[in-house]
Amino acid sequence: MLKLIQDTLISQVVTLWTVFRHLFVKTDTVEYPDEQPYMFPRWRGRIILSRDPDGEERCVACNLCAVACPVDCIALQKAEKDDGRWYPEFFRINFSRCIMCGFCEEACPTHAIQLTPDFEMAEYKRQDMVWEKQDLLIDGTGKYHDYNFYRVAGMSIKDKDKGEALNEAKPIDVRSLMP
Amino acid sequence: MTLEIGSALTIGLILGTVIGVAAMLIWVERRLLGFWQDRLGPNRVGPFGLFQVVADMIKIFTKEDWTPPFADKFSFVLAPAIIMTVILLSFAVVPFAPNLGIVDSNIGVLFVLAMASLGAYSVMLGGLSSDNKYALLGSLRAAAQMVSYEVFMGISLLGVVALSGSFNLREIVLAQEDMWYVLPQFVGFVIFLIAGVAESHRLPFDIPEAEQEICAGYHTEYSGMKFGMFFVGEYLGLVLISSLITVLFFGGWYGPAFLPPVFWFAIKAFAFIAFFILLRAAIPRPRYDQLMSYGWLFLLPLSLINLLVTGAIILNSQ
Amino acid sequence: MTILFYLASAIAIISTLCVILQTNIVHALIYLILSLLAVAVIFYVLGAPFAAVLEAIVYAGAIMVLFLFVIMMLNMGQHTRDQEKSWLSARGWIAPGVMAGLLLVQLLSVFAQIDQDLSGQRIDVMAVSGLLFGPYVLAVELASILLLAGLVSAYHLAKK
Repeated sequence: MLKLIQDTLISQVVTLWTVFRHLFVKTDTVEYPDEQPYMFPRWRGRIILSRDPDGEERCVACNLCAVACPVDCIALQKAEKDDGRWYPEFFRINFSRCIMCGFCEEACPTHAIQLTPDFEMAEYKRQDMVWEKQDLLIDGTGKYHDYNFYRVAGMSIKDKDKGEALNEAKPIDVRSLMP
Repeated sequence: MTLEIGSALTIGLILGTVIGVAAMLIWVERRLLGFWQDRLGPNRVGPFGLFQVVADMIKIFTKEDWTPPFADKFSFVLAPAIIMTVILLSFAVVPFAPNLGIVDSNIGVLFVLAMASLGAYSVMLGGLSSDNKYALLGSLRAAAQMVSYEVFMGISLLGVVALSGSFNLREIVLAQEDMWYVLPQFVGFVIFLIAGVAESHRLPFDIPEAEQEICAGYHTEYSGMKFGMFFVGEYLGLVLISSLITVLFFGGWYGPAFLPPVFWFAIKAFAFIAFFILLRAAIPRPRYDQLMSYGWLFLLPLSLINLLVTGAIILNSQ
Repeated sequence: MTILFYLASAIAIISTLCVILQTNIVHALIYLILSLLAVAVIFYVLGAPFAAVLEAIVYAGAIMVLFLFVIMMLNMGQHTRDQEKSWLSARGWIAPGVMAGLLLVQLLSVFAQIDQDLSGQRIDVMAVSGLLFGPYVLAVELASILLLAGLVSAYHLAKK
């Protein structure tokens, strides 16, 4: 009998009181268009292409992002400059397919493709969701301010031969017998 | 322009107020539920979102009012009309203030019970005529639930009737000038509260229209204004049950003299409406068989014992 | 009051006719409920408000709900409607029609002998309950024992 009263009456009344007290608890709602919610820096939103500290494009058109993308929303075409640097001739992201998973960012060897905490990307026309390179490319360095791929990588370009990059030793001549 | 029992002005006023309050409850309920769940609720349309009601009404009036071709048209159209009619008729015997009411009837309590039992047809016909599995299941549940809980509702009221010696709701209020019946009839009050929730099939006893199990139950096939009538009918039932609790157990219009009587009635009734919304926010829905066994095996004996003890005490004190 | 009486009587008679003539069983039930409610109004007009309300609660509100409940369980469709229609043939009408006509004549002759006074005295709840728990207390108790037996046996059957 006591257990019946506990189950049917007291626990219900306690529940009611607990819920009622929430009338005096501050609401969790952020009234979005009027006030912006705080977005965390590593939040995965709109995708950008960043530049290195010298102002050159970071993307080397390696296609790893396009391969990593689970919904195949990235399309690009490699081209080469006179000085030997690779760059994408076009770089196209179809945001109507993109699921903001961030795999492209993880796959990118040059920190070129990055996800930003911006989510306000609604459009009226589906075609407007397809972003070209000029839409994606920003003038800054994104999350990695000092990184410059060609300065640390062993790839040779004009004015920089193999072994001249930062923290890099001269290449070993494997045909020599010298120690 | 004086307000008297039964004048055309009073009838119009009460009808308008009751329907207006029921419509406003759409907003009140959503807002209160929001606060209890640490949200804000609708606050965009007009000040504090007050015009949400207008927006909802425009929406519901302009929606397509569709009757399924497989439905039994006669009963399909009749069902939503029944619930509105029956509940609005019940308000006829409710005394709102010393000289405010529609009918001063000697059988007020019984009239309300009769109307409540007729209200079951709305739900049953609605489900049966829809020719839809979910609707049929919903109305089967509704029929069993409403018929069962009518019994306890009636028996729990008899304690009050025995104490006041009248079926007239106005005389019941007058008999509570010194002491509200909630004190001597606390058990009856609790049973009436539970039965009232089940009778107006509000959450947590909204088993006939349990969304998670059977879509929307008996009004699965309804749309547009027919659905709107079921919707407003539910809120009207809420207002009716709150008013009845106020009249039967909480002294109707009695209260300290600094406010007019009708305000006291409104305050008490609104407190119970808020309580019903709190029930919705807090308590999960029981299973169907749990509801039935709880009613027949716990509430029925309890209400009978309550009636027996009340009768014994009255006989003893005479 | 007299107008109300004749109006309610007309509704009761017409809706009862509709109950018989309807082939759709749900519609027939709705007309039966209407007829019972009309009878309740007649009771009220004749000065028996308690009987009127009980008619509405018990017959229209509870028993008819159970009828509807059973109809929900059965699978009523077009074929039952066709069956009903075939039963409503002209030949089937003769015997019940003659008997009902005889009853009507009898009823009218009885009515002709008593004076038709609609403004009879009002019998309120107190008077009815005084009678029920006074002279007729034995009948009430017997009926309640019968109902209790029914309740217990229903519970037993449901338990099995």
